[in-house]
Amino acid sequence: MKVVVCIKQVPDTKGGVKFNPDGTLDRAAMMTIMNPDDKAGLEAALRLKDQYGAEVTVLTMGLPKAEDVLREALAMGADKGILVTDRVLGGADTWATSQTLAGALRNIDYDLIITGRQAIDGDTAQVGPQISEHLGIPVISYAQNLKIEGDSVIVERQYDDRYHVLKAKMPCLITALSELNEPRYMTPGGIFDAFKAEITVWGRADLKDVDDSNLGLKGSPTQIAKASDKVRKGAGEKVTPNDPAEAVDYIVGKLKEKHII
Amino acid sequence: MDFSLSKEHEMAQSLFREFAEKEAKPLAQEVDETEVFPRETVNKMAKNGFLGIPVPKEYGGQGCDPLTYVMCVEELSKVCGTTGVIVSAHTSLCIDPIMTFGTEEQKQKYLIPLAKGEKLGAFGLTEPGAGTDAQGQQTKAVLDGNEYVINGSKIFITNGKEADVYVIFAVTGMIEKRGRMMKEISAFIVEKGTPGFTFGTKEKKMGIRGSSTYELIFTDCRVPAENLLGKVGQGFKIAMHTLDGGRIGIAAQALGIAEGALERTIEYTKERKQFGKSIAAQQNTQFQLADMATKVEAAKLLVYKAAMAKATQKEYGFEAAQAKLYAAEVAMEVTTKAVQLHGGYGYTREYDVERMMRDAKITEIYEGTSEVQRMVISAALLK
Repeated sequence: MKVVVCIKQVPDTKGGVKFNPDGTLDRAAMMTIMNPDDKAGLEAALRLKDQYGAEVTVLTMGLPKAEDVLREALAMGADKGILVTDRVLGGADTWATSQTLAGALRNIDYDLIITGRQAIDGDTAQVGPQISEHLGIPVISYAQNLKIEGDSVIVERQYDDRYHVLKAKMPCLITALSELNEPRYMTPGGIFDAFKAEITVWGRADLKDVDDSNLGLKGSPTQIAKASDKVRKGAGEKVTPNDPAEAVDYIVGKLKEKHII
Repeated sequence: MDFSLSKEHEMAQSLFREFAEKEAKPLAQEVDETEVFPRETVNKMAKNGFLGIPVPKEYGGQGCDPLTYVMCVEELSKVCGTTGVIVSAHTSLCIDPIMTFGTEEQKQKYLIPLAKGEKLGAFGLTEPGAGTDAQGQQTKAVLDGNEYVINGSKIFITNGKEADVYVIFAVTGMIEKRGRMMKEISAFIVEKGTPGFTFGTKEKKMGIRGSSTYELIFTDCRVPAENLLGKVGQGFKIAMHTLDGGRIGIAAQALGIAEGALERTIEYTKERKQFGKSIAAQQNTQFQLADMATKVEAAKLLVYKAAMAKATQKEYGFEAAQAKLYAAEVAMEVTTKAVQLHGGYGYTREYDVERMMRDAKITEIYEGTSEVQRMVISAALLK
């Protein structure tokens, strides 16, 4: 069984957010971590490796320094790492990203592709399902649990108040929630092995069946009008009503004033 | 000369830091308060390979260098001195002598489960009358057929009741050295559960209160002759060699405690307001923090240098002694200042620095007091 996990190096929110003049994230200047949902996806794949001897490949698109996140995945137990990096791929939105990853995945043998539900930087939850569309395979998103049965995968898909149990024949794609599991730590020896391992690096030329018009900033239909760091909320207004009735009147008055009710 | 860490070491450091923050830190206060050995944390460390970091992979270890091991003890000790010393005693004092002096059979039988963390290790040298003066040993081992019969007791043994495998020193005879009769000391591997091997009192300690410090009692304890570690009479050499490595582990523990106290103090002084401004805005605080940070950095360089010496040199006792002496004294000084900068709050058990100051004191005492380290260092200078 072959599993490919798509992972993303995202800014560590502890380290602050920095932007390029064009509104995209200045990834080179920020502290980074493996996206939490992706890490849960990787853990799910590693459990399939523990249980069934699955071969786990991690795939990422990013700057050359995104190699670090692949090494981290190898140190957790993944078998192979592939980095897709090329200047022409920079500034990609979800469409261009999913096209790029699909172009890379067309070169790889897989039974199961796992992506995180969404990345904590963009929060779109679009890339996983888009990849499945490009590759023409089924997708089950928001997996809170998964198991393998024969050549199928059975997944609990999470909703706000319930979950659905779905079965899909492999090859297929699953998007994982961070609630799926508690990811394992790297091992110290695994870290040193990970830095000895060869990372496969692919550029634009290695992507299969993708048109230039779908890649990079130029191939991205989404235009960022403006991006900014979170603006701190003001101190707010403090009132001290005399009794609950007065408090209710005040709150209702404010809500009407703002046209909320 | 390049003082930056390799990418591998940086990633290992982030691993140990994450583990310490998530797994050891939330329990540190409770471990201290209740004096209960943090077994759950030890099991998690075993699962993640933290109990066999410098052991080659063919013996179940992680195959990493001494610096990686030192960083593990350091990061754990930043949040919990007890957890730090459990790893240090297990790795430096039990695994290291078996790895260095053990036969292939002993390595297969003991080193592999120790490195995998399936078993925990301890080391028994100290006796009531034999502390700094290791020649004062009273515990005896007499060969009887295919077995050694051990009688005597050991005190202040870290991981005491929780360990499974013990490296124990005992007198096996008398030999003449430079015209004087000296005790011939040998080392043995003793398993928990061996008839005649029992535990005495548990020490009630000032610091590292969860670390299970016990007296070990041997009454006609019969150990197979093949459990002799090294050769007959090699015990003193094994003990001194082991302590050279152990001192690097304790130096790392001391360094971690100092760093932890400094981190807490920086946070606290920025938050604590007196006379309308944070106490970090007072020049006294700033100068104290500057001195603390500078000494911590100097200690770190000595500790890392000693770890590198263990990796590359045959003898590293001098570097180990300097690292332990300095790091331990810095730990005591920095934690004392940390309590002072926390004021009344720092004297309460609500704040980590109170525990850290108590934990720091032992690093000036065990595995060779600061005075012993000065003896080692000056002897090398004056030889």
